[in-house]
Amino acid sequence: MIRLENVTKRYPGGQEALSGLDLSVDKGEMVFVTGHSGAGKSTLLRLIALIERPTGGQVIVDSQNTRRVKRRKIPAYRRQIGMVFQDHKLLYDRPVFDNVALPLIIAGVSHRDAGRRVRAALDQVGLLHKEKQNPETLSAGEQQRVGIARAIVTRPKLLIADEPTGNLDPDLSLEVMRIFRRFNEVGVTLLVASHDISLIDRLGCRRIALEEGRLQQGSDPWQ
Amino acid sequence: MAVTRNADAVAPVRSSGPVSIWITRHASTAVGSLGRLASQPFASLMIVLVIAVTLALPAAINLIVKNARTVSGSWDNALDFSVFLRPQLSASDAGKLAQLIGQRADVDAVDLILADDALAEFKQQSGFGAALDQLNDNPLPHTLVVRPGPGNTSASLILLQEEIGNLPETDHVQVDTEWVQRFHAILDIVRQAITIGAALLGIAIVVIIGNTIRLDIENRREEIEVTKLIGASNAFVRRPFLWTGFWYGLFGGLMALALVYYGLYLLEGPVARLSGLYQSKVAISSLNMTESGAIIGIGVFLGLFSSWLTAARHMRRIEPR
Repeated sequence: MIRLENVTKRYPGGQEALSGLDLSVDKGEMVFVTGHSGAGKSTLLRLIALIERPTGGQVIVDSQNTRRVKRRKIPAYRRQIGMVFQDHKLLYDRPVFDNVALPLIIAGVSHRDAGRRVRAALDQVGLLHKEKQNPETLSAGEQQRVGIARAIVTRPKLLIADEPTGNLDPDLSLEVMRIFRRFNEVGVTLLVASHDISLIDRLGCRRIALEEGRLQQGSDPWQ
Repeated sequence: MAVTRNADAVAPVRSSGPVSIWITRHASTAVGSLGRLASQPFASLMIVLVIAVTLALPAAINLIVKNARTVSGSWDNALDFSVFLRPQLSASDAGKLAQLIGQRADVDAVDLILADDALAEFKQQSGFGAALDQLNDNPLPHTLVVRPGPGNTSASLILLQEEIGNLPETDHVQVDTEWVQRFHAILDIVRQAITIGAALLGIAIVVIIGNTIRLDIENRREEIEVTKLIGASNAFVRRPFLWTGFWYGLFGGLMALALVYYGLYLLEGPVARLSGLYQSKVAISSLNMTESGAIIGIGVFLGLFSSWLTAARHMRRIEPR
């Protein structure tokens, strides 16, 4: 599903976020990327989401080489991927329902279909009863679940999450991870960046450890 | 919270037909943009008002010129000129001359106003009756009022006036209608000035709407970034701003029309009074359908054009970070 071959990302100023990184995530896998802040976790996800482009190497997502995705095609490319962010990135000028419906509206889904799907997505994160509320009135954990509902409402094959539990206490974190786990069970490939190692160990998923833009010694990228 | 879907259900989004999507999207965006304007009624009204005044100004001046032209156009036919004869000329000689000129092919009619009649009329109308009684002699000459034939061009008219002016009996030819021609020349200049002014005002509208849209984009920067992050194209994020520009233009145009019509309504009374004084029936001609449509059309065009210009420029720059 995801393959990185010798990927390097150098920022202006010479700082290297990723240096010759190789890794691969199979279809249907749930993989965690760990490492200290600055290890390159976010950069990795940003390259996959085409928010940035690599300085060198290949990033291949669902058999598409991202190098060949033209600027104009980036929106269509992003629509195939569900994204969850540490700061939720919700829109606070509209209710929960509209936030979750946004990817469907962008994709041009009819109103009736959209309503059905939004409710299904909200149901899966246990927030069906809050669809009319403004995200601001929700707790951090609930806001994150709205973010997750928005990410999965288009039923993407791949879900990437950048520190989705970064602002949550352990109980809520576990809850979020369980939701992810359930998506994984129905076939969604997940790549989650997190530094919460004890939590990851409880879930028993594969871990890719990054250190200064490289794979940590002893961590096997090909599983 | 049960996950009921199986792996097959994890399919990419399927969309309905492209045309119906396009219409639905635009309709909902249009309503959304309208709602956004309505949520800040005072600010929106101010901008609409500025656009309305900017559109109404050249429209109103244009209307004034149009009316002035109509009014002065009816004077155009009155090309009569007065021929003052030499004071020594007798009434019978004047009568003969009147007949002679009246026989010319390029002359329609000649009125002879005898000096005595003219004095009597003057006494009656000027109110100087008593003072004029003190005069021993009538200071007024006999006068011919010549009405040229309809076939005359302005060149032949001047020739006619010159010929009559050169007759030995003639003292002086007074052309009363020169000022009409001057007035028309002035109207032409005013009209030209309006065109230039309207173009400048049009640029002002583009700047005003563009600036408003730019602020709107800045205020919604985060929303645009998030929307792009989850796969929105430039066209998608631009759409609400185009609709905002459209609404500004449309409402600006409609309000401009309202302003012009209100102005006409205010002028109706005074014009009726004035035309009553001239014993004529001068009605102000209002905007016709084409002109009304043009005002709204120009408003909408400028609204769309400036929002498109602004949105296209700024939308590219806002990318998720």
